[in-house]
Amino acid sequence: MRSDGSPSAPLGLKIAAACGLLFLHLPILLIFIYAFTTEEKSFVWPPPGLTTQWFAVTWNRPDVWQALSLSVRVAAISTLVALVLGTLCAAAVSRTQFFGRETISLLVILPIALPGIITGIALRSAFSLAEIPFSFWTIVLGHATFCVVVVYNNAVARFRRTSGSMIEASMDLGADGFQTFRYVVLPNIATALLAGGMLAFALSFDEVIVTTFTAGQQQTLPIWMLEELIRPRQRPVTNVVAMVVVLVTLLPILLAYYLTRDGDQIAGSGK
Amino acid sequence: MTLTATQAKPAPALLPRAGGLRGALSDLFWRKPKLLLLLMLLPPVLWLGIVYIGSLFALLLQSFFSIDEFSGLINRQFTLKTYGDLLQAANLDIILRTVTMAALVTLASAIIAFPIAYYAARYARGRWKALFYLGIMLPLWSSYLVKIYAWKLILAKEGILTWLLAKLHLLWLLDGWLSLPIVGGNSLSVSPTGTFIVFVYVWLPFMILPVQAALERVPGNLVEASSDLGASPGQTFRNVLFPLALPGIVAGSIFTFSLTLGDYIIPQIIGTSRLFIGQAVYSQQGTAGNIPLAAAFTVVPIVIMGFYLWGAKRMGAFDAL
Repeated sequence: MRSDGSPSAPLGLKIAAACGLLFLHLPILLIFIYAFTTEEKSFVWPPPGLTTQWFAVTWNRPDVWQALSLSVRVAAISTLVALVLGTLCAAAVSRTQFFGRETISLLVILPIALPGIITGIALRSAFSLAEIPFSFWTIVLGHATFCVVVVYNNAVARFRRTSGSMIEASMDLGADGFQTFRYVVLPNIATALLAGGMLAFALSFDEVIVTTFTAGQQQTLPIWMLEELIRPRQRPVTNVVAMVVVLVTLLPILLAYYLTRDGDQIAGSGK
Repeated sequence: MTLTATQAKPAPALLPRAGGLRGALSDLFWRKPKLLLLLMLLPPVLWLGIVYIGSLFALLLQSFFSIDEFSGLINRQFTLKTYGDLLQAANLDIILRTVTMAALVTLASAIIAFPIAYYAARYARGRWKALFYLGIMLPLWSSYLVKIYAWKLILAKEGILTWLLAKLHLLWLLDGWLSLPIVGGNSLSVSPTGTFIVFVYVWLPFMILPVQAALERVPGNLVEASSDLGASPGQTFRNVLFPLALPGIVAGSIFTFSLTLGDYIIPQIIGTSRLFIGQAVYSQQGTAGNIPLAAAFTVVPIVIMGFYLWGAKRMGAFDAL
Protein backbone atom coordinates (compact mmCIF):
# COMPACT_ATOMS: atom_id res chain seq x y z
CA MET A 1 0.00 0.00 0.00
CA ARG A 2 1.31 3.42 -0.89
CA SER A 3 1.90 5.68 2.04
CA ASP A 4 2.24 8.93 0.18
CA GLY A 5 1.01 11.28 2.86
CA SER A 6 3.28 14.02 4.10
CA PRO A 7 5.57 12.46 6.65
CA SER A 8 7.43 15.05 8.61
CA ALA A 9 11.08 15.50 7.80
CA PRO A 10 13.90 14.47 10.12
CA LEU A 11 15.12 17.37 12.24
CA GLY A 12 18.61 17.29 10.76
CA LEU A 13 17.25 17.68 7.25
CA LYS A 14 15.01 20.57 8.31
CA ILE A 15 17.94 22.39 9.88
CA ALA A 16 20.23 21.79 6.89
CA ALA A 17 17.58 22.98 4.42
CA ALA A 18 16.78 26.05 6.53
CA CYS A 19 20.46 26.94 6.87
CA GLY A 20 20.90 26.56 3.11
CA LEU A 21 18.01 28.91 2.39
CA LEU A 22 19.27 31.43 4.93
CA PHE A 23 22.69 31.28 3.29
CA LEU A 24 20.99 32.15 -0.01
CA HIS A 25 18.92 35.04 1.31
CA LEU A 26 20.68 36.80 4.18
CA PRO A 27 23.40 38.39 2.02
CA ILE A 28 20.77 40.04 -0.18
CA LEU A 29 18.87 41.35 2.84
CA LEU A 30 22.08 42.86 4.14
CA ILE A 31 22.17 45.12 1.06
CA PHE A 32 18.92 46.73 2.22
CA ILE A 33 20.41 47.67 5.58
CA TYR A 34 23.61 49.04 4.10
CA ALA A 35 21.60 51.35 1.83
CA PHE A 36 20.65 53.34 4.96
CA THR A 37 23.99 53.45 6.74
CA THR A 38 25.58 56.78 7.67
CA GLU A 39 29.09 55.39 7.23
CA GLU A 40 30.82 56.65 4.09
CA LYS A 41 34.32 55.27 4.06
CA SER A 42 34.11 51.64 5.09
CA PHE A 43 31.77 48.65 5.26
CA VAL A 44 31.64 48.75 9.08
CA TRP A 45 29.04 46.62 10.85
CA PRO A 46 26.86 47.41 12.73
CA PRO A 47 26.07 50.68 10.90
CA PRO A 48 26.86 53.65 13.17
CA GLY A 49 23.56 55.31 12.23
CA LEU A 50 20.71 55.18 9.75
CA THR A 51 19.80 57.86 7.22
CA THR A 52 17.86 58.26 3.99
CA GLN A 53 20.03 61.04 2.62
CA TRP A 54 21.85 58.74 0.17
CA PHE A 55 18.65 58.21 -1.77
CA ALA A 56 18.54 61.93 -2.50
CA VAL A 57 22.24 61.98 -3.36
CA THR A 58 21.81 59.06 -5.75
CA TRP A 59 18.73 60.66 -7.32
CA ASN A 60 20.83 63.68 -8.29
CA ARG A 61 23.66 61.74 -9.88
CA PRO A 62 23.54 62.10 -13.68
CA ASP A 63 25.96 59.21 -14.27
CA VAL A 64 23.59 56.78 -12.52
CA TRP A 65 20.67 57.99 -14.62
CA GLN A 66 22.64 57.70 -17.85
CA ALA A 67 23.73 54.16 -17.03
CA LEU A 68 20.19 53.21 -16.04
CA SER A 69 18.71 54.63 -19.23
CA LEU A 70 21.26 52.81 -21.41
CA SER A 71 20.55 49.55 -19.58
CA VAL A 72 16.80 49.90 -20.01
CA ARG A 73 17.07 50.73 -23.71
CA VAL A 74 19.45 47.85 -24.38
CA ALA A 75 17.28 45.41 -22.42
CA ALA A 76 14.12 46.55 -24.23
CA ILE A 77 15.53 46.16 -27.74
CA SER A 78 17.30 42.87 -26.91
CA THR A 79 14.11 41.47 -25.43
CA LEU A 80 12.20 42.43 -28.57
CA VAL A 81 14.73 40.72 -30.84
CA ALA A 82 14.86 37.67 -28.56
CA LEU A 83 11.04 37.44 -28.52
CA VAL A 84 10.84 37.31 -32.31
CA LEU A 85 13.75 34.90 -32.81
CA GLY A 86 12.91 32.69 -29.83
CA THR A 87 9.24 32.30 -30.77
CA LEU A 88 10.02 31.48 -34.39
CA CYS A 89 12.55 28.91 -33.31
CA ALA A 90 10.26 27.35 -30.71
CA ALA A 91 7.35 27.17 -33.15
CA ALA A 92 9.49 25.47 -35.77
CA VAL A 93 11.05 23.00 -33.35
CA SER A 94 7.90 21.98 -31.53
CA ARG A 95 5.51 21.71 -34.48
CA THR A 96 7.49 19.56 -36.80
CA GLN A 97 10.11 16.86 -36.97
CA PHE A 98 12.91 17.77 -39.29
CA PHE A 99 16.48 16.97 -39.93
CA GLY A 100 18.82 18.90 -37.64
CA ARG A 101 16.19 19.65 -35.01
CA GLU A 102 18.53 18.73 -32.15
CA THR A 103 21.22 20.92 -33.65
CA ILE A 104 18.89 23.91 -33.60
CA SER A 105 18.14 23.39 -29.89
CA LEU A 106 21.85 23.13 -29.19
CA LEU A 107 22.53 26.27 -31.21
CA VAL A 108 20.02 28.21 -29.11
CA ILE A 109 21.33 26.92 -25.79
CA LEU A 110 25.03 27.24 -26.58
CA PRO A 111 25.39 31.00 -25.87
CA ILE A 112 24.25 30.39 -22.31
CA ALA A 113 26.02 27.06 -21.80
CA LEU A 114 29.47 28.31 -22.68
CA PRO A 115 31.03 30.72 -20.17
CA GLY A 116 30.10 34.34 -20.85
CA ILE A 117 33.70 35.33 -21.28
CA ILE A 118 33.92 33.15 -24.40
CA THR A 119 30.84 34.74 -25.93
CA GLY A 120 32.23 38.13 -25.00
CA ILE A 121 35.70 37.78 -26.40
CA ALA A 122 34.39 35.98 -29.50
CA LEU A 123 32.08 38.91 -30.28
CA ARG A 124 34.80 41.43 -29.54
CA SER A 125 37.33 39.77 -31.80
CA ALA A 126 34.69 39.47 -34.51
CA PHE A 127 33.93 43.20 -34.21
CA SER A 128 37.59 44.05 -34.44
CA LEU A 129 38.12 41.74 -37.42
CA ALA A 130 35.14 43.25 -39.20
CA GLU A 131 36.15 46.76 -38.02
CA ILE A 132 32.78 47.47 -36.46
CA PRO A 133 33.06 50.31 -33.90
CA PHE A 134 31.47 49.83 -30.47
CA SER A 135 27.99 51.27 -30.23
CA PHE A 136 24.57 50.76 -28.69
CA TRP A 137 23.96 48.08 -31.31
CA THR A 138 27.05 46.04 -30.50
CA ILE A 139 25.75 45.66 -26.93
CA VAL A 140 22.30 44.68 -28.22
CA LEU A 141 23.84 42.14 -30.58
CA GLY A 142 25.49 40.33 -27.66
CA HIS A 143 22.52 40.54 -25.31
CA ALA A 144 19.92 39.37 -27.83
CA THR A 145 22.06 36.34 -28.62
CA PHE A 146 21.90 34.91 -25.12
CA CYS A 147 18.36 36.17 -24.40
CA VAL A 148 16.89 34.03 -27.19
CA VAL A 149 17.24 30.90 -25.06
CA VAL A 150 14.97 32.14 -22.23
CA VAL A 151 12.14 33.04 -24.59
CA TYR A 152 12.72 29.80 -26.47
CA ASN A 153 12.51 27.68 -23.29
CA ASN A 154 9.24 29.27 -22.19
CA ALA A 155 7.68 29.15 -25.63
CA VAL A 156 8.68 25.52 -26.29
CA ALA A 157 7.14 24.44 -22.98
CA ARG A 158 3.88 26.17 -23.85
CA PHE A 159 3.75 24.86 -27.42
CA ARG A 160 4.14 21.37 -26.01
CA ARG A 161 1.02 21.87 -23.90
CA THR A 162 -1.07 23.47 -26.64
CA SER A 163 -2.71 20.77 -28.65
CA GLY A 164 -2.22 20.80 -32.38
CA SER A 165 -5.84 19.91 -33.00
CA MET A 166 -6.88 23.46 -32.13
CA ILE A 167 -4.88 24.77 -35.03
CA GLU A 168 -6.34 22.14 -37.32
CA ALA A 169 -9.84 23.04 -36.12
CA SER A 170 -9.19 26.68 -36.87
CA MET A 171 -8.00 25.82 -40.35
CA ASP A 172 -10.98 23.53 -40.91
CA LEU A 173 -13.28 26.37 -39.98
CA GLY A 174 -11.73 28.38 -42.76
CA ALA A 175 -9.25 30.63 -41.07
CA ASP A 176 -6.12 31.26 -43.09
CA GLY A 177 -2.66 30.82 -41.61
CA PHE A 178 -2.39 34.40 -40.41
CA GLN A 179 -5.82 34.39 -38.82
CA THR A 180 -5.04 31.12 -37.07
CA PHE A 181 -1.86 32.64 -35.71
CA ARG A 182 -3.57 35.84 -34.62
CA TYR A 183 -6.72 34.31 -33.04
CA VAL A 184 -5.65 30.83 -31.92
CA VAL A 185 -1.90 30.49 -31.49
CA LEU A 186 -1.08 33.92 -30.10
CA PRO A 187 -3.66 33.96 -27.27
CA ASN A 188 -2.42 30.53 -26.23
CA ILE A 189 1.23 31.41 -26.01
CA ALA A 190 0.83 35.04 -24.92
CA THR A 191 1.52 34.57 -21.21
CA ALA A 192 4.49 32.29 -21.89
CA LEU A 193 5.91 34.95 -24.20
CA LEU A 194 5.29 37.63 -21.59
CA ALA A 195 7.09 35.55 -18.97
CA GLY A 196 9.95 34.76 -21.33
CA GLY A 197 10.19 38.40 -22.31
CA MET A 198 10.38 39.52 -18.69
CA LEU A 199 13.08 37.00 -17.87
CA ALA A 200 15.00 38.05 -20.97
CA PHE A 201 14.69 41.66 -19.83
CA ALA A 202 15.99 40.78 -16.36
CA LEU A 203 18.84 38.77 -17.86
CA SER A 204 19.90 41.57 -20.18
CA PHE A 205 19.45 44.25 -17.52
CA ASP A 206 21.84 42.40 -15.23
CA GLU A 207 24.41 41.10 -17.70
CA VAL A 208 27.96 42.30 -17.17
CA ILE A 209 30.50 39.79 -18.50
CA VAL A 210 29.58 39.89 -22.18
CA THR A 211 28.87 43.62 -21.92
CA THR A 212 32.40 44.46 -20.79
CA PHE A 213 33.59 43.16 -24.14
CA THR A 214 30.97 44.77 -26.38
CA ALA A 215 30.33 48.15 -24.78
CA GLY A 216 33.58 50.04 -25.39
CA GLN A 217 33.36 53.24 -23.34
CA GLN A 218 29.61 53.10 -22.74
CA GLN A 219 28.32 52.38 -19.26
CA THR A 220 25.34 50.18 -18.58
CA LEU A 221 24.21 50.00 -14.97
CA PRO A 222 26.08 46.73 -14.23
CA ILE A 223 29.24 48.18 -15.78
CA TRP A 224 28.80 51.26 -13.59
CA MET A 225 28.54 48.99 -10.56
CA LEU A 226 31.57 46.98 -11.61
CA GLU A 227 33.58 50.21 -11.84
CA GLU A 228 32.45 51.14 -8.34
CA LEU A 229 33.40 47.71 -7.03
CA ILE A 230 36.90 47.93 -8.45
CA ARG A 231 37.51 51.64 -7.81
CA PRO A 232 34.98 52.82 -5.19
CA ARG A 233 34.20 56.53 -5.43
CA GLN A 234 31.15 57.01 -3.22
CA ARG A 235 30.23 53.82 -1.41
CA PRO A 236 26.80 54.89 -0.08
CA VAL A 237 25.63 55.64 -3.64
CA THR A 238 26.67 52.13 -4.66
CA ASN A 239 24.70 50.72 -1.72
CA VAL A 240 21.56 52.53 -2.83
CA VAL A 241 21.97 51.51 -6.47
CA ALA A 242 22.50 47.88 -5.39
CA MET A 243 19.26 47.95 -3.42
CA VAL A 244 17.32 49.47 -6.30
CA VAL A 245 18.73 46.86 -8.70
CA VAL A 246 17.56 44.06 -6.38
CA LEU A 247 14.05 45.51 -6.31
CA VAL A 248 13.94 46.14 -10.07
CA THR A 249 14.98 42.58 -10.95
CA LEU A 250 12.68 41.08 -8.31
CA LEU A 251 9.46 42.29 -9.96
CA PRO A 252 9.85 40.67 -13.39
CA ILE A 253 10.84 37.36 -11.75
CA LEU A 254 7.77 37.31 -9.52
CA LEU A 255 5.51 38.28 -12.42
CA ALA A 256 7.04 35.64 -14.67
CA TYR A 257 6.47 33.09 -11.93
CA TYR A 258 2.79 33.94 -11.59
CA LEU A 259 2.30 33.86 -15.35
CA THR A 260 3.70 30.36 -15.81
CA ARG A 261 3.11 28.64 -12.49
CA ASP A 262 0.28 26.35 -13.58
CA GLY A 263 2.18 23.57 -15.24
CA ASP A 264 5.35 24.52 -16.98
CA GLN A 265 8.07 24.97 -14.43
CA ILE A 266 10.40 26.21 -17.08
CA ALA A 267 10.36 29.89 -16.27
CA GLY A 268 13.84 30.26 -14.93
CA SER A 269 15.50 26.95 -15.35
CA GLY A 270 18.92 27.34 -16.78
CA LYS A 271 19.58 31.05 -16.66
CA MET B 1 -0.80 17.84 -39.35
CA THR B 2 -1.64 14.62 -41.06
CA LEU B 3 -4.63 15.86 -43.06
CA THR B 4 -4.63 15.28 -46.75
CA ALA B 5 -3.78 18.71 -47.89
CA THR B 6 -4.98 18.47 -51.47
CA GLN B 7 -8.66 19.36 -51.18
CA ALA B 8 -8.05 22.54 -49.21
CA LYS B 9 -10.96 24.50 -50.70
CA PRO B 10 -12.32 26.10 -47.53
CA ALA B 11 -15.97 25.88 -46.57
CA PRO B 12 -17.75 29.19 -45.82
CA ALA B 13 -15.45 30.96 -43.43
CA LEU B 14 -16.43 32.07 -39.96
CA LEU B 15 -13.95 34.90 -40.19
CA PRO B 16 -13.89 37.07 -43.28
CA ARG B 17 -11.44 35.52 -45.67
CA ALA B 18 -8.65 37.78 -46.77
CA GLY B 19 -7.98 37.75 -50.48
CA GLY B 20 -5.07 39.07 -52.45
CA LEU B 21 -1.49 38.64 -51.39
CA ARG B 22 -2.25 37.56 -47.84
CA GLY B 23 -4.59 34.80 -48.92
CA ALA B 24 -2.14 33.65 -51.56
CA LEU B 25 0.67 33.52 -49.02
CA SER B 26 -1.47 31.62 -46.56
CA ASP B 27 -2.39 29.07 -49.20
CA LEU B 28 1.23 28.73 -50.23
CA PHE B 29 2.32 27.99 -46.67
CA TRP B 30 -0.47 25.48 -46.29
CA ARG B 31 0.56 23.61 -49.40
CA LYS B 32 4.27 23.78 -48.66
CA PRO B 33 4.80 23.45 -44.89
CA LYS B 34 8.52 22.98 -45.54
CA LEU B 35 8.70 26.47 -46.96
CA LEU B 36 7.01 27.90 -43.87
CA LEU B 37 9.38 25.94 -41.67
CA LEU B 38 12.34 27.26 -43.58
CA LEU B 39 11.09 30.84 -43.30
CA MET B 40 10.52 30.42 -39.56
CA LEU B 41 13.94 28.99 -38.96
CA LEU B 42 15.83 31.37 -41.19
CA PRO B 43 15.96 34.45 -38.89
CA PRO B 44 17.05 32.69 -35.67
CA VAL B 45 19.50 30.42 -37.45
CA LEU B 46 20.98 33.29 -39.42
CA TRP B 47 21.31 35.40 -36.26
CA LEU B 48 22.86 32.71 -34.09
CA GLY B 49 24.85 31.23 -36.93
CA ILE B 50 26.39 34.46 -38.13
CA VAL B 51 26.62 36.46 -34.93
CA TYR B 52 27.48 33.67 -32.52
CA ILE B 53 29.01 30.71 -34.34
CA GLY B 54 30.75 33.09 -36.73
CA SER B 55 32.34 34.93 -33.81
CA LEU B 56 33.36 31.70 -32.11
CA PHE B 57 34.95 30.55 -35.32
CA ALA B 58 36.78 33.85 -35.73
CA LEU B 59 38.06 33.47 -32.18
CA LEU B 60 39.28 29.97 -32.79
CA LEU B 61 40.99 31.15 -35.96
CA GLN B 62 42.84 33.85 -34.08
CA SER B 63 44.31 31.35 -31.63
CA PHE B 64 46.35 30.06 -34.58
CA PHE B 65 47.79 33.52 -35.25
CA SER B 66 50.71 34.79 -33.24
CA ILE B 67 51.82 38.11 -31.84
CA ASP B 68 55.02 39.81 -32.89
CA GLU B 69 56.85 40.39 -29.62
CA PHE B 70 58.63 43.55 -30.79
CA SER B 71 55.91 45.46 -32.59
CA GLY B 72 52.98 43.99 -30.64
CA LEU B 73 51.15 43.50 -33.93
CA ILE B 74 49.21 40.38 -34.74
CA ASN B 75 50.89 38.22 -37.34
CA ARG B 76 48.13 36.64 -39.42
CA GLN B 77 49.88 33.44 -40.37
CA PHE B 78 49.01 29.95 -39.30
CA THR B 79 51.20 28.83 -36.39
CA LEU B 80 51.01 26.72 -33.25
CA LYS B 81 53.37 29.09 -31.41
CA THR B 82 50.55 30.56 -29.32
CA TYR B 83 49.57 27.14 -28.05
CA GLY B 84 53.24 26.63 -27.16
CA ASP B 85 53.06 29.84 -25.10
CA LEU B 86 49.94 28.53 -23.40
CA LEU B 87 51.90 25.58 -22.03
CA GLN B 88 54.36 27.74 -20.09
CA ALA B 89 54.56 26.92 -16.39
CA ALA B 90 52.87 30.18 -15.32
CA ASN B 91 49.89 29.55 -17.58
CA LEU B 92 49.57 25.90 -16.59
CA ASP B 93 49.54 27.12 -13.02
CA ILE B 94 46.54 29.36 -13.83
CA ILE B 95 44.71 26.51 -15.51
CA LEU B 96 45.37 24.13 -12.62
CA ARG B 97 44.26 26.72 -10.04
CA THR B 98 41.01 27.37 -11.92
CA VAL B 99 40.17 23.71 -12.40
CA THR B 100 40.85 22.93 -8.72
CA MET B 101 38.64 25.82 -7.66
CA ALA B 102 35.88 24.68 -10.03
CA ALA B 103 36.03 21.14 -8.64
CA LEU B 104 35.92 22.31 -5.01
CA VAL B 105 33.07 24.73 -5.70
CA THR B 106 31.12 21.95 -7.42
CA LEU B 107 31.63 19.60 -4.50
CA ALA B 108 30.61 22.18 -1.90
CA SER B 109 27.54 23.26 -3.89
CA ALA B 110 26.42 19.64 -4.18
CA ILE B 111 26.71 19.15 -0.41
CA ILE B 112 24.82 22.34 0.46
CA ALA B 113 22.27 21.87 -2.33
CA PHE B 114 21.24 18.32 -1.45
CA PRO B 115 19.28 18.94 1.78
CA ILE B 116 17.44 21.91 0.24
CA ALA B 117 16.60 19.97 -2.90
CA TYR B 118 15.57 16.89 -0.95
CA TYR B 119 13.33 18.80 1.41
CA ALA B 120 11.72 20.72 -1.46
CA ALA B 121 11.18 17.55 -3.49
CA ARG B 122 9.89 15.23 -0.77
CA TYR B 123 8.45 17.15 2.14
CA ALA B 124 7.40 20.59 0.88
CA ARG B 125 3.75 20.70 -0.24
CA GLY B 126 1.38 23.36 -1.50
CA ARG B 127 2.28 26.79 -0.19
CA TRP B 128 5.65 25.61 1.09
CA LYS B 129 6.50 24.16 -2.27
CA ALA B 130 5.89 27.52 -3.96
CA LEU B 131 7.89 29.23 -1.24
CA PHE B 132 10.84 26.90 -1.80
CA TYR B 133 10.61 27.41 -5.54
CA LEU B 134 10.71 31.19 -5.20
CA GLY B 135 13.33 30.87 -2.47
CA ILE B 136 15.64 29.26 -5.01
CA MET B 137 14.56 31.33 -8.01
CA LEU B 138 14.94 34.77 -6.45
CA PRO B 139 18.62 34.39 -5.50
CA LEU B 140 19.25 32.74 -8.87
CA TRP B 141 17.89 35.74 -10.73
CA SER B 142 19.10 38.48 -8.40
CA SER B 143 21.76 40.66 -9.87
CA TYR B 144 25.10 38.88 -10.10
CA LEU B 145 27.07 41.99 -9.19
CA VAL B 146 24.83 42.83 -6.25
CA LYS B 147 25.42 39.34 -4.87
CA ILE B 148 29.18 39.79 -5.14
CA TYR B 149 28.86 43.22 -3.58
CA ALA B 150 26.90 41.78 -0.66
CA TRP B 151 29.78 39.41 0.01
CA LYS B 152 32.28 42.22 -0.16
CA LEU B 153 30.28 43.81 2.66
CA ILE B 154 30.15 40.56 4.63
CA LEU B 155 33.77 39.51 4.23
CA ALA B 156 35.33 42.96 4.75
CA LYS B 157 37.66 43.19 7.73
CA GLU B 158 35.28 45.59 9.49
CA GLY B 159 32.23 43.68 8.22
CA ILE B 160 29.49 41.60 9.77
CA LEU B 161 31.33 38.27 9.78
CA THR B 162 34.25 39.54 11.85
CA TRP B 163 31.77 41.26 14.16
CA LEU B 164 29.79 38.06 14.59
CA LEU B 165 32.87 35.95 15.29
CA ALA B 166 34.10 38.53 17.81
CA LYS B 167 30.75 38.34 19.62
CA LEU B 168 31.06 34.55 19.71
CA HIS B 169 34.71 34.80 20.88
CA LEU B 170 35.78 32.83 17.83
CA LEU B 171 38.15 35.38 16.26
CA TRP B 172 41.10 33.08 16.94
CA LEU B 173 39.52 30.60 14.55
CA LEU B 174 39.34 33.16 11.73
CA ASP B 175 42.88 34.40 12.39
CA GLY B 176 44.16 30.86 12.50
CA TRP B 177 42.50 30.03 9.18
CA LEU B 178 43.75 33.22 7.53
CA SER B 179 47.32 32.50 8.61
CA LEU B 180 47.28 29.16 6.77
CA PRO B 181 49.44 29.21 3.65
CA ILE B 182 47.39 28.49 0.51
CA VAL B 183 43.85 29.37 1.60
CA GLY B 184 44.63 32.37 3.85
CA GLY B 185 45.31 36.06 3.30
CA ASN B 186 45.13 39.44 4.98
CA SER B 187 41.38 39.27 5.36
CA LEU B 188 38.69 36.99 4.00
CA SER B 189 37.89 39.40 1.18
CA VAL B 190 41.39 39.06 -0.27
CA SER B 191 41.86 35.33 0.31
CA PRO B 192 41.17 32.28 -1.85
CA THR B 193 38.73 31.17 0.86
CA GLY B 194 36.67 34.30 0.15
CA THR B 195 36.71 33.59 -3.60
CA PHE B 196 35.55 30.05 -2.88
CA ILE B 197 32.66 31.15 -0.65
CA VAL B 198 31.39 33.66 -3.20
CA PHE B 199 31.62 31.15 -6.06
CA VAL B 200 29.61 28.63 -4.03
CA TYR B 201 27.04 31.26 -3.12
CA VAL B 202 26.55 32.58 -6.64
CA TRP B 203 26.27 29.20 -8.38
CA LEU B 204 24.39 27.26 -5.67
CA PRO B 205 20.89 27.71 -7.16
CA PHE B 206 22.13 26.20 -10.44
CA MET B 207 22.93 23.05 -8.49
CA ILE B 208 19.72 22.92 -6.43
CA LEU B 209 17.32 22.99 -9.40
CA PRO B 210 18.52 19.88 -11.30
CA VAL B 211 19.07 17.90 -8.07
CA GLN B 212 15.53 18.75 -7.02
CA ALA B 213 14.23 17.73 -10.44
CA ALA B 214 16.01 14.37 -10.12
CA LEU B 215 14.73 13.81 -6.57
CA GLU B 216 11.14 14.68 -7.56
CA ARG B 217 11.16 11.51 -9.65
CA VAL B 218 12.12 9.27 -6.71
CA PRO B 219 8.89 7.78 -5.33
CA GLY B 220 8.59 8.32 -1.58
CA ASN B 221 7.73 4.69 -0.91
CA LEU B 222 11.06 3.62 -2.35
CA VAL B 223 12.77 5.32 0.57
CA GLU B 224 10.27 3.81 2.98
CA ALA B 225 10.74 0.35 1.52
CA SER B 226 14.46 0.70 2.07
CA SER B 227 13.99 1.51 5.75
CA ASP B 228 11.30 -1.18 6.14
CA LEU B 229 13.86 -3.64 4.91
CA GLY B 230 16.12 -2.58 7.74
CA ALA B 231 18.47 -0.06 6.15
CA SER B 232 19.72 2.73 8.38
CA PRO B 233 19.16 6.30 7.07
CA GLY B 234 22.81 6.39 6.07
CA GLN B 235 22.48 3.17 4.09
CA THR B 236 19.29 4.39 2.43
CA PHE B 237 21.07 7.56 1.38
CA ARG B 238 24.12 5.71 0.02
CA ASN B 239 22.32 2.91 -1.78
CA VAL B 240 18.99 4.41 -2.83
CA LEU B 241 18.83 8.19 -2.79
CA PHE B 242 22.33 9.11 -3.89
CA PRO B 243 22.47 6.87 -6.99
CA LEU B 244 19.07 8.18 -8.10
CA ALA B 245 20.07 11.80 -7.48
CA LEU B 246 23.43 11.44 -9.21
CA PRO B 247 22.28 12.40 -12.73
CA GLY B 248 20.83 15.59 -11.22
CA ILE B 249 24.05 16.34 -9.38
CA VAL B 250 26.05 15.82 -12.56
CA ALA B 251 23.65 18.08 -14.45
CA GLY B 252 24.07 20.78 -11.80
CA SER B 253 27.81 20.34 -11.81
CA ILE B 254 27.85 21.23 -15.51
CA PHE B 255 26.72 24.71 -14.52
CA THR B 256 28.85 25.15 -11.41
CA PHE B 257 31.94 23.82 -13.16
CA SER B 258 31.52 25.72 -16.40
CA LEU B 259 30.56 28.98 -14.74
CA THR B 260 33.53 28.85 -12.37
CA LEU B 261 35.90 28.08 -15.23
CA GLY B 262 34.84 31.14 -17.18
CA ASP B 263 34.28 33.71 -14.46
CA TYR B 264 36.69 36.60 -14.15
CA ILE B 265 34.78 39.09 -12.03
CA ILE B 266 34.50 37.23 -8.72
CA PRO B 267 38.22 36.49 -8.31
CA GLN B 268 38.99 40.04 -9.38
CA ILE B 269 36.80 41.62 -6.71
CA ILE B 270 37.14 39.07 -3.93
CA GLY B 271 40.43 37.25 -4.03
CA THR B 272 44.15 37.44 -4.37
CA SER B 273 46.22 38.76 -7.25
CA ARG B 274 46.80 35.22 -8.49
CA LEU B 275 44.93 34.87 -11.78
CA PHE B 276 42.15 32.55 -12.91
CA ILE B 277 41.55 31.55 -16.56
CA GLY B 278 38.91 34.23 -17.05
CA GLN B 279 41.18 36.95 -15.71
CA ALA B 280 44.05 35.72 -17.87
CA VAL B 281 41.81 35.94 -20.96
CA TYR B 282 40.66 39.40 -19.98
CA SER B 283 44.11 40.81 -19.31
CA GLN B 284 45.62 39.19 -22.40
CA GLN B 285 43.06 40.70 -24.72
CA GLY B 286 42.83 44.03 -22.89
CA THR B 287 46.01 45.45 -21.43
CA ALA B 288 48.42 43.04 -23.12
CA GLY B 289 46.64 43.22 -26.48
CA ASN B 290 47.59 39.61 -27.14
CA ILE B 291 44.35 38.36 -28.68
CA PRO B 292 45.86 35.11 -30.02
CA LEU B 293 46.94 34.02 -26.53
CA ALA B 294 43.59 35.12 -25.07
CA ALA B 295 41.85 33.05 -27.75
CA ALA B 296 44.04 30.04 -27.00
CA PHE B 297 43.17 30.44 -23.32
CA THR B 298 39.44 30.30 -24.06
CA VAL B 299 39.97 27.01 -25.86
CA VAL B 300 40.94 25.47 -22.50
CA PRO B 301 37.48 25.75 -20.86
CA ILE B 302 35.82 24.78 -24.15
CA VAL B 303 37.87 21.58 -24.33
CA ILE B 304 37.39 20.78 -20.63
CA MET B 305 33.65 21.37 -20.90
CA GLY B 306 33.53 19.27 -24.07
CA PHE B 307 34.92 16.28 -22.19
CA TYR B 308 32.76 17.06 -19.19
CA LEU B 309 29.57 17.19 -21.26
CA TRP B 310 30.52 13.98 -23.03
CA GLY B 311 30.95 12.22 -19.69
CA ALA B 312 27.76 13.76 -18.31
CA LYS B 313 25.79 12.61 -21.31
CA ARG B 314 27.00 9.04 -20.77
CA MET B 315 25.74 9.24 -17.18
CA GLY B 316 22.32 10.34 -18.38
CA ALA B 317 22.60 13.79 -16.85
CA PHE B 318 20.75 15.52 -19.67
CA ASP B 319 17.49 13.84 -18.79
CA ALA B 320 17.67 15.58 -15.42
CA LEU B 321 18.01 19.07 -16.90
